[in-house]
This record gives sequence, structure tokens and C-alpha cells, in this order.
Amino acid sequence: MSRRTIALFALAAFLLALVAGLGTPTARAQSGPIKIGFLSPLTGAASALGKDMLNGTELYLDEIGRTVAGRKIELIVEDTEGNTQTALTKARKLVDQDHVHILSGGLLASTGYAIHPFAEAQKIPTTYPVMSSDDLTQRKPAKWVVRTGWNSSQSTHALGDWVIKNTRYRKIATVAADYAFGWESVGGFQRTFEEGGGQIIQKVWVPLNTNDFAPFLSQVKRDSDAVFAVFFGKLALQFMKEYENSGLKGRVPLLSNGTTVDESVLPQMGDEALGTISTLHYSAALENPTNQRFAKAFETKAGKIPSYYAETCYTNARWIAEAIKAVSGKVEDREALLAALRKVELKDFPRGPVKIDAFGNPVQNVYIRKVERVGGKLQNTVFFTYPNVSQFWKYNPEEYLKSPLYTRDYPPCKAC
Amino acid sequence: MMRRPGVLVGVAVVVVAAAAVAPWLPSYPLTLLTQAMIVAILAMSLDVLLGFTGLPSLGHAAYFGVAAYAVAILTTERQSGFVLCLIAGVVFAAVAAALFGLIAIRATGTYFLMITLALGMVVWGLAFRWVSLTKGDNGISGVPRPDLGLPWSFWGPLPFFYLSLVCALVALALLALIVASPFGMSLKGIRESESRMRILGYNVWLHKYLAFVIAGTFAGFSGVLWAYYNGFVSPVDVQLVTSVEALLMVALGGQGTLLGPAVGAALIVFLKNFVSVYTKRWLLILGAVYIGVILFAPRGLAGAFHRRSS
Repeated sequence: MSRRTIALFALAAFLLALVAGLGTPTARAQSGPIKIGFLSPLTGAASALGKDMLNGTELYLDEIGRTVAGRKIELIVEDTEGNTQTALTKARKLVDQDHVHILSGGLLASTGYAIHPFAEAQKIPTTYPVMSSDDLTQRKPAKWVVRTGWNSSQSTHALGDWVIKNTRYRKIATVAADYAFGWESVGGFQRTFEEGGGQIIQKVWVPLNTNDFAPFLSQVKRDSDAVFAVFFGKLALQFMKEYENSGLKGRVPLLSNGTTVDESVLPQMGDEALGTISTLHYSAALENPTNQRFAKAFETKAGKIPSYYAETCYTNARWIAEAIKAVSGKVEDREALLAALRKVELKDFPRGPVKIDAFGNPVQNVYIRKVERVGGKLQNTVFFTYPNVSQFWKYNPEEYLKSPLYTRDYPPCKAC
Repeated sequence: MMRRPGVLVGVAVVVVAAAAVAPWLPSYPLTLLTQAMIVAILAMSLDVLLGFTGLPSLGHAAYFGVAAYAVAILTTERQSGFVLCLIAGVVFAAVAAALFGLIAIRATGTYFLMITLALGMVVWGLAFRWVSLTKGDNGISGVPRPDLGLPWSFWGPLPFFYLSLVCALVALALLALIVASPFGMSLKGIRESESRMRILGYNVWLHKYLAFVIAGTFAGFSGVLWAYYNGFVSPVDVQLVTSVEALLMVALGGQGTLLGPAVGAALIVFLKNFVSVYTKRWLLILGAVYIGVILFAPRGLAGAFHRRSS
């Protein structure tokens, strides 16, 4: 045998040892801790949001001493890098190797669609605190998935209605990030706004990798009554600055979805954001006692005000804990745990009262907020509440589901 | 490399050992191994271009993705069977490569890199924007595992692993035959000196073009399996990062060796999914491995191994 052959044998042996070592099965005791698998983007472009998600989750688990119904809670966190492929592989790891009892987390809508069939095949109770794509609980619901967050058009339906009833804006231009979340948010707004007698007169779509907003904002029709914007993260910061620089601020009032002025970006904004009217199922400035306590505790832990990502994961952790309590800690009975997750109904989450509809999406308050400066800091002051808003707004679910998902071209822009 | 008996024996040993151990592995390492097999096909296909012909492509995920989308659309919209999907996926990838090759092969070096990058972005743009067909960035979910009419179901991780293993071996064998053929020899000749080959009377353009199409076709083969493996296809599969990762697998494993890129692919799959469990800083480790390879083994792991043993 040549040295090379020997070396090859050694390499083969090493690889096999590596694989075998990977596969050391973990103990699967009934009385062991309750394992929650949590997917979060801890590296990559979305890592700031991922940290908010994790901090929110840990904050609640620490509040209850990481124990529910007499059993320890073990939180197993996996980094998704903000990449759907990685998220799916990590979900497999959490379920196949760690044998988690509940799978949770995830940021991107595509991750939600990717985990759907996996959760169904594995029969693993799963919650989505952040992923908001409409169809996850509309045209493609999954039995094993419960959404504890929101869906994209839930809050923008409400804003469309609010604008019709409370303002004189009847011709509105939309400027939004060019991807599914932007399409769905704009679609929801357009539907209720136009049904109430308004007109969307222009839709400007901004690619996700845009660095310069000038070419897009210079297109915006100056005779619009208002502009409706949908952005998040870095894009939201750039958009706000450019909206002021392009001379639109002060001339055309600005409306937006929740993420554009979410507390994940609001502290980095300046006066350019003042006066923006937005819509979301949460605001860090909500005045109910649970939120006041939560916001203070989160600030102590994370050194910043809670974003919706933080609140939704805090609520998600509490949601899971309530379901575990309801089955007296017997999480091994997956059907029972799933039923309990779908039955959780509480009045005192930081975001307000929440319950689950038949499709697995929360029915919850939607708040109309305005960016104001209070005590030197920007905040989303809530000035109007739509109570118990369903993902189908006021439509009949069956009728609603007959129309297609909101996309770039649906609803069509008749007045453009 | 494939002609050396030592290597052949080594491959056989690894394959037999992996196949024998597989039934005793828990399902997670098994799915990682499956993933490694599928990605290895992609890396090997790119090696035909990069390693044997000297054409660094930054758009190789395009053909991978075209095939994956073909499978996803056919299975979810038309409930097509495995054979039809396999053929359609590979053919679509080949056609895409044939079209793109016409444009890309005109350039060399950095220009080739830029053109393939741009063509890759075109496919990504289609996947992202052609919502009625591709569902945009939400992706297409619910791709079932293939049904070959065999007594066992490919929904289980073990049968699907064996399927991927067989496919990877078939791809390896075919690619090895191609690169060892006179055609493959002329590709190497082009890599070493294009002008000399031209003077010798070889149709350099045609050789490069065929290499491009062959590489795209095998990338498509890998993409077909990938769609079945994940049950999900989204623009992530065709984005630049996927192309770059394939390129890094080839560089890490050793270009122009076929087996090297396969090992590189397996290594990256394991680093990504294994090391990251233990540390959030796993990207640092991956980066250090790349830098280490470039500094100390510029010809990749296979190159370093080859030099030491000879």
C-alpha cells in the first residue's frame, strides 16, 4: 500500500468519525427539560433584529425563572444568518438532533414558507412570532404552525380605513420596498382605501439594494394628497432622510406601515420622522401597565427601547409558556400542545388582548400612531385603536380567500 | 487523478463506509451528508469550468436554480413524476447554459467573471420578479420527495441519502470520463495556453462553449436533487452568494481535481452546520480556513495532499 492510500484511509476514517461523533444521540427522557428551538438571524445584515428577537424571548423566560409547570425550560438558539436555506437546515437540526418540543422564531417570509411543509411532515408544534407573509395563514395555512405575531396586510387594511374616515386624503402615491412584504402591505392599504372611495395614483417600487432614493422620490407626483411608505431597517432610515431632502416633507404628508418607523430604527432617526402616521399592532409607547413594565425591563436588559421584534418574541415566549401550563407540562403529547397553543387567549400582552383565529393568525388591536418627540426622544404615540382586527379585516374569510394574494400588480393600479 | 488506483480505492472505501454506516446514523447528520452529496455535484460541475478549462464563473447558481425551479413548478403545479422532472430540470439548465454560453464565452478572465455574474443576476431577477411563475421571494414550497415506484419511500432521510449518493457517484463517474477523454485533455490545453491550442488547430471557442454547457447541465442535475431535498425553492438558491459559495468549495478543495471540490463541498456544509452550533463566531473559523488554504495550499486541499504524498 502506498503512503497515499494509507493517508486516504486515514482521511476516510476521520470523516466517518466526525459523522459518527455528530450523531451521538441525545437523551430523550420524559422528565427532562422542555426544549424550545429558536431560529434567529444572529449574524448577517439582520443581526440587530435577531438580537432583539432573542432578547425579547430571554427576557420572558428569565422572568419566569426558566421553569413552567414544574419543568425546566431549555432554550436552544440557532443562527439562521438571515438565509432561508440555513434556517431550514437548522430547523432540521433542532428537531432531529436536539429533539425540541417546540420550534419557533424565523425572520424572512420565505423561511416561513420553507418551514411550513417541514413542520407538517415532522408534526412539530411551531410558532412564528415575526414572519408576516399573508399566505402563511391564509391560502397556505399549516396545521402545526401557529402565528403569534401578525400578518403584513393586517395593520395596513386598518390604516386605509382610517385615512378615509379621518382625513381628506383621496389621492395617494405609494413608495415601498420591492418585495413580498412591501407588496402585501401596500395591497392591504390600497384595498380598503380604494373601497372607501380613495385612489392610489402611483406605485413606486424601490429595490432592496437601493443606496440612493433620489431617482425614486423625484418620480413621486407632487400633487398627491399623501404618500404611503413601506420600508424597514437601513432602507427606512435612508428613506426618511431623503424624503426630507427631496423637499417632499412638509408638502406631502407621510403615512407608513409599522416597520418604517419601528423602534428598531426610530432612535436613529431625527426630526425628519416627526409627524409620520403609521399603523402596527404594537408601539413601545403603549400605555397599558404590561407594556410599561415590559418596556422598562427590556431597556434594562438590552439598553434600548423595545422594537416590535422584541415585543413579539416576548409575547411568543409567554404564549408558549401559557400553552405548556395548559397541558400541565406534558409537551410530549404534541397534539394536545398544538391545541393548547391555538387556544391561548390573553388580555394583557404588552400589545393588548390577543386570540387566535381558525387559520392560526392572531386577532388583535391595530394602533394608528404618530411620531412625536416626548422628553427629547422620538416615539410612536398611539392616538387611535382598532380593536380585535382579523387578518381578513371585515371581509368574510371565504370570500377574501377567493381573491389572489396581494402582489406587485394586485390589486391593479387603476388610477396610475 | 482518477486514473491512479490509490485514489480509486480511497473513493471506494469512503463510499462503501458511508453507505454502510448510514443506517446507524441519526437523521440530522444524515441530512447533512445528503446535502453534502448534492452540493458536491454542483462543486464538481463548476470544477469542469474553473479547474479544467480555466474559466471562473460567478453565475453558476443560475443553472442550479433554473433546474430547481423547474422541478418545483412541475411538481407543485402539475404533480409531475421524478423522471419527467429530472429530464426537464436538466434540459432547462442545459438550455440556459447554452444561451448564456453564447454571450459569456466571448470573454476571458475578469470579463468572463463579470459577464457570468451579470447573467446570474438576470436569473435571480426573474426568480424574484416573475411572481406568477416563481412566487417571488416567498419561494415555492411543498415540493414532494420523488416517488420512483420503488418499495421504499424517499420521505425518509435514509433512502434519500442513498439516492443522493448514487446520483453523486454517477455525476462523478460521468465527469471523470469527460475530463479524462481527449475532449477533456484539450480543455486542459486551453487552460494552459489558449493561443497555442488555437495555433494547433483546435476550435477553442467550441471547446469552451461545450465545457460551459456541460458544467451547466450537471449544475442542473444538482439543482433537481436540491429542490427535492429541501422541498422548497426560493431566489436564495440562485443568488450570488450561492454562486460564490460553489466557487469557494472548488478553491478550497482544489481545482482541476473533481474529487477536491467534492471534499470542499462536504467540508463547507459541515463547517456551516456543525461549527455554528458551538459558536456564533463560526464565520471567523470559515474565514480562517479560507485564508489558511490560500496561504498554505493555493491549489486547495487536494493539491496540498497531492504534493505531500508525491
